[in-house]
Amino acid sequence: MSARILSPLVALASGLIFGVGLLISGMNDPAKVRAFLDVFAAWDPSLIAVMGSAVPVFAAFFYVSKRRKAPFCAAVFHEPKMTRIDRRLLTGAVMFGMGWGLVGLCPGPALVNLLAFEPGIFLFVLALFAGNRLAHWLVGPAR
Amino acid sequence: MMNELIPELIGGTLIGLAASLLWLGIGRISGMTGVLSSLFLWREQQRHWAFWFLAGQVLAYPLYALLGHSAPVQLTSNKTLLIAAGLLVGFGTYIGNGCTSGHGVCGMGRLSLRSAVATVTFMVAGIATVAVMNLSGGVL
Repeated sequence: MSARILSPLVALASGLIFGVGLLISGMNDPAKVRAFLDVFAAWDPSLIAVMGSAVPVFAAFFYVSKRRKAPFCAAVFHEPKMTRIDRRLLTGAVMFGMGWGLVGLCPGPALVNLLAFEPGIFLFVLALFAGNRLAHWLVGPAR
Repeated sequence: MMNELIPELIGGTLIGLAASLLWLGIGRISGMTGVLSSLFLWREQQRHWAFWFLAGQVLAYPLYALLGHSAPVQLTSNKTLLIAAGLLVGFGTYIGNGCTSGHGVCGMGRLSLRSAVATVTFMVAGIATVAVMNLSGGVL
């Protein structure tokens, strides 16, 4: 099969597995995420295990990928080049963290929950897109 | 202790494998913020993978339910909170160039200091926000 057909399938499969991973781990559940962030009161630290397993698995495959010139179904690895730690990065991370704490949703789980038909999800996702576009128009992409 | 964490460990491993598949398969970082932004750049051929990735993510829930599993979604019904949170997350992840997936999983896996700083920052901000909401005694 050519890369033209294979690469969309790779992306689809990856998105599906990613989504199932979020569902199995419980990371999709806003209440569980808020309990994870509730360090000073009713703390539920179990989500540490999600990061604690996802990061080393990806790190291992990323390390192995260094031996290859190109991915299997594309011409180049698109490795992020930005290394700057500046006010823009920190402001963005603080804003994101605040929103995350308010209701317990980050972008991945919000989209995974879209077809759970929980009424609040649509409103959140709409505002998520609006926030993304507002930042694009008001601030613009990082150079 | 470890037995209770089996779903978290299986889920986390699947997330790591999915990110690895996307990286080794097509050389892309599985960051949801990048995927979101790509949806508005649909004219660009090199962004099309993001639509397929998103389709997979959105289809995961119905597929999971079809297989007989349940995944609770316990979310506030406070519309003001939902809108404020969505705007903050959308705006913040755009200017911070990433969220839990891009900075948290992939960036930390790449041993990027920038991503590690971002991850610690949004975790601390999230923890502080929940603490302040607790102190407000249900006003927030």
